[in-house]
This record gives sequence, C-alpha cells and structure tokens, in this order.
Amino acid sequence: MTASVESNMERPTDDMVDVLIIGAGASGAVMAASLAETRMKILCLEQGDWIKSSEFPANGRDWEARRYADFDFSPNRRMRDTDYPVNDDNSIMKVANFNGVGGGTILFTAHYPRMHPSDFRVRTLDGVAEDWPIDYWTLEPYFAENDRITGVAGLAGDPAYPLHQPTMPPVPLGKSGTRYAKAMNELGWHWWPSDISVATTEYNGRAKCINLGHCTPGCAQGAKASVDITYWPQAIRDRVELRSRCRVREITTNEHGMASGVVYYDPKGVERFQPAEMVILAANGVGTPRLLLNSTSARFPDGLANSSGLVGKNLMLHPWPQIAGYVEDELDGDRGPMTVMWSKQFYETDPSRDFVRGYTLQFNRGTGPVNEAITSMIAGRLPWGRDHHRRYRELVYRRLQIGVACEDLPEEHNRVTLDPVLKDGHGIPAPKIDYTMSENTTRMMEHGIARASEILGTAGAKYIGCSRTLLNSPGHLLGTARMGLDPARSVVNEWGRCHDVKNLFIVDGSIWVTSGGVNPTSTIQALALYIADNIKKRLATLFD
Amino acid sequence: MGVSKTSGAELTTRELRNLQRLAGFMVPADAAYGVPGAGDEIIFADIVQSLGRDAQAVRTALAMLQEIAGEDFCSMGAVKAEAAAMALLGRDDPVVKALGRAVLQCYYRDDRVLRSLNIEPVAPFPKGRLLEQGDWSLLDAVRDRPQMWRDDRDGQGAT
Repeated sequence: MTASVESNMERPTDDMVDVLIIGAGASGAVMAASLAETRMKILCLEQGDWIKSSEFPANGRDWEARRYADFDFSPNRRMRDTDYPVNDDNSIMKVANFNGVGGGTILFTAHYPRMHPSDFRVRTLDGVAEDWPIDYWTLEPYFAENDRITGVAGLAGDPAYPLHQPTMPPVPLGKSGTRYAKAMNELGWHWWPSDISVATTEYNGRAKCINLGHCTPGCAQGAKASVDITYWPQAIRDRVELRSRCRVREITTNEHGMASGVVYYDPKGVERFQPAEMVILAANGVGTPRLLLNSTSARFPDGLANSSGLVGKNLMLHPWPQIAGYVEDELDGDRGPMTVMWSKQFYETDPSRDFVRGYTLQFNRGTGPVNEAITSMIAGRLPWGRDHHRRYRELVYRRLQIGVACEDLPEEHNRVTLDPVLKDGHGIPAPKIDYTMSENTTRMMEHGIARASEILGTAGAKYIGCSRTLLNSPGHLLGTARMGLDPARSVVNEWGRCHDVKNLFIVDGSIWVTSGGVNPTSTIQALALYIADNIKKRLATLFD
Repeated sequence: MGVSKTSGAELTTRELRNLQRLAGFMVPADAAYGVPGAGDEIIFADIVQSLGRDAQAVRTALAMLQEIAGEDFCSMGAVKAEAAAMALLGRDDPVVKALGRAVLQCYYRDDRVLRSLNIEPVAPFPKGRLLEQGDWSLLDAVRDRPQMWRDDRDGQGAT
C-alpha cells in the first residue's frame, strides 16, 4: 500500500489543517486541549462515536449483561461497527480497548496511580530493560496539572509515593476496604486509599459519584473522568474540530519524507484525503503501530517511522491476575467505584526475591448479582442444579478481590504486526498480536498471587481462587513505538517526535519504554501534556 | 444501544423446548428460597430474547446435549434428563460457558429473584446506592511509615 501526493489528488481533499490528531482518547484529548491555545487550526479524527450518558449500561436493567455485549472489553466480542478486529489468538492475554470519543477512558476503572520514580530508571536501578529518556521529576508538574484538569480523589501522604495532593477526598473505604485494611494491618503491610479519577465532590461541573456500580462500562452520572467530559469540552470551546466516525487508513508522506496528511473514511464511507502540517498519533499501543505499519511507501517500505524496526515490538500488556475470596458478612458488592485501595508493599525490587521489579496490589470491591453468577460459574465456584441457590447466597455481595498489577518488561518478540487475512469493515488490515509472558513476570505474578491469597485468608475469606490471565486483560497497550535518544533503538525522541519523520508525533501508550506496575492512564496523560508543552515551546524550530 | 436481541425464531421449536428444560435443570425453582427456576416462562422469554452474541454458541451446546442424551431430551424421564444436562454442564467448553452466561444474565435480573436476595430490582441510575465511609482510623497504622519509594535522584537506587 502506498500513498503519494499525486494519488491523493484522486480523492476528495479537505482543507489543510495545522495539526491533525488521530484518536480522541486519553492522550489525543490532552493534545487537543493543550495545543488549542496556540490558535493553530487543529482537527481530530476519531473512528468511534460520541457516547451519550443515556447510552451507558447503568441506565437500564440489563446493565450487567451489556458488559458482555456492546460494552465488552474485547472489540472482537463487542463488534460495534466502529470497532476493528484484533487477531489475538497467539496471545495468552486478550486485547481490551474502546473506540469512541474518550477512547479507553470510557471503559476504564478510573484507577489512577502515577508511575513511580524508579519506573523510569529500571536499567540504572535494577539492570534490566532500558531507562526512559525522561524521569518522574520531569513529569511531576504535568502530573499535577493533569490531576487538576481530570479531578482525582485520593489522600496525600502515601509513603509509597513522592508527596502529591489529590484534588478531592478519597472514595469511601466501605465495608470491603475496612475488611482489607484490618487484614493488611494485621500482616503489617502497606496500604493506602487509591488515587481514583472519580468525582467524590462536585468538580468542574461534574456531578459527584452516587455509587452506580463499577465505573468500568461508562458512568451515567458523569462522575468518572472520561476525557469526553473533561478535556474535550475545553478543547471544543477553544475551537478544536473533532470529527467522529472517521477512520484513518494511512498516513501519507511527501517527497521530502515529511507527513503530508492522512487518507481516511468519512462517516458515509467515502475515502478522503486530509492534508496537515503536522500529524499526532494517539491511537493506543495497538492502533498506532497498526497505522504506522499500514503506511508504507517507497521511502518507508517497512512502515512509517520504522527505520529502527521497532514499530510494533516490545508490546507490554500488564499481566493482571485476580484473586477472589468470600467472607460471611455482606460487603460492598458493586456499590461504588470498583477499586478502593492499593498496596505498594511489593512494588520496588527486593534482591531476596527471585524476580526483579514488582507489582501493585489493587483491592477491589465485589461485583453485582449477574456478574457474580457468571464469573463464579466460569471459575467453578457456583454449581448448577440443586445446590445452586445455597452456594450463590454464600457468594453474592460477599466477594473480596485483589488484582496483581505486574510490571511487564519489554521483549521484542511480543509484538503487533499486520494480519495477512483479517481486515476491518473498511478493508484495512487488522492487527495481529503475538505475546508470551517472561519467566521474570511469571515468577512475579505467582509471588503476587500467593501474597494476595495470604491477605484474603487473613481477612477470613474462603473459596479463595485465582483467575490468571484470560479474564483479566486490563487494556494497557504499551511500548510499541518507544521513546529514546538513539534512533536505532527507539521510534520517537524524548519529547514524542518521530526520529524518521519530523512532523509526526506519537503521544499514546506506544511510547512507553517500560510499563511500571500501575494502571497507565495518569502517566499517559501527563506525558501528553509534557509533549504538548514541548511542541508549544519549540514551534519556531519544531521540524528542524 | 442495548444488548443485541435475537428472535426466538432463530432456534427451532425443538431447540427452544430443550433449552427451556435444560434451563430448569441449570437453575431449578426452589420453594425454600422462594425463587422460580430459569425455565420459568418469564425468565425463559428473556433468555431467548437476549441470546444476542451467544445465539450460535447456545445452538451448538444444545446439539451437544442432544448427542449426550442419545434420544429426544424433552421426552426423557427426569432422572435421565437431569443426568444428561449435568454431563453437558460439566464440560469445560466455551459454548457451555456461553450457555451459562445466557441463562444467568437473565435469571439474576428477574424481579422475583432479586427481591429474594434483598436487592432492589431497579437500574442503578439515577437513584444510585449508599456506600458507607468505613473505618478510616485503620490508616493510622500506615501514616507514619518511612518512605518506601526509591529516590532515583540520589544516584544509588537504594530504598
């Protein structure tokens, strides 16, 4: 597939824009809002829809069932016409995402930890992988700015982090958190109320949380900080244009090897050319390499910005086993944000263990009546037939569940390529995932499972069991166009500009060098603010 | 956009009869708990209407059931039919899990079932739910811990 200036003349061509952003999710929204002050002409193309709050599952009695249908994690099951398929048959973890204005923030838990300082220095501190070209302290002011715009519930003073000040009080501990906290204190292990991007008070026009249930499949109340209600209203007020249902097929280049625009399909399916002075990719760690690999030309036969050969490689998916147990008393169930607290007891490298790096323990409330039944049926806890009702009553609203957020180190054989057969609804080659878990990650995961089981046992739980990977793809798609100083070992430089194409930027999770053991959205957005700031500071020499 | 619905017409009359009987074995009525079974007319109608993405998997599971039964499932005696149902449900097969999901997602949203569990049968929005604060004094044991994060600025990497 090639695209040139000449061939683009055969298509309907839109007016030139200064900045073209591909993807309206966590990082694309940040770029739009931050760059708007430059008064450049900015356009964002998003393949998905705007999702109205009235469309979220919590509005209806089938709200739990819709988590397995049009709000499923997997695009392969969700199958909206705005989704693209992903061949993840050769991966023990399945790809989770959401395509729409807000992207993955529509379908995330709102757990909002930052990366830790050590996460940016894994080579220096622990002798593995590579250091990032930037550090925590570079991002610190952008973390704070992002927290202010997003609205983060939490509590200052966590000894596991440099001091920072969440903007709202933490979500309630509830019965579930109290139970966990007693167990953690008995064990003498660290815990702290999580940073969560849910409004616990009214915040910048957003209503406060009324505990509709887990936040993951969208928030009908508008308390969860998905970027369609945080960054995007600000960007649109500042005259950024956002076109939904526009799917980009490829990024085109000119005779100078610079990005010239994109070929995309408009909502009616018409193939169009959108010229741009600068292109910013914000399509997540699978969508971004897919688009780069689909953007071949005589000058870039292996895909755009791929002289290093690293586009699509080093995919990190965050193995995230879930360990559940059941107590005799009724707990919170699905009343309130899913996550209540975290533990960093096992986060930093400990030489006495048989693995390097570490993990966060994420303490979750239980789940609703339908999801309890389905997940317990699949786990083998809930029998069919005559004993069904007795056992179910031992389970419903009595679940404690701990997630182990394992740091997943980069390995080139874990990768995104183009599937030779599978295509999306517009005939664009779909991504193919190859992914295996390393020995280090496996040992880390088993360590975390054992510690979580110990916590649940201390909390008085029975029926303790673990779901290792298949049900727990967290949708953290990282590392496939990483940043670095060396063009031979990285795709973008230390402020997000592609080494090979100087007017092409990447701002999503693709640019992560390592993955940390935390949910990535807070850091993805801080990174986007940092890159936007660099663009603004360098406008006069941006493409030099 | 709600859950995609399928018409019961996608399943044959025989498949529907078998599915209803099978659902009754999967989650039986229980007078002690005051609950209907999943073969109850109202719940079963919801199951059939809501098969959606699982319709084909359910058809496949029903074909497996027929193979296990070796004769018409609906005409079998209760003991043999229950044994065939349990043999199917004991299989570790994705289509059996899909069948289970199709039944459970409707059973546990039925008003009568939810009331028996003291759960109010309403959509979460707009009413919302109560969540108590819990015991924040438990955090006192953690507040005075020494710094746990590694400061990469000291050049040592030590905790």
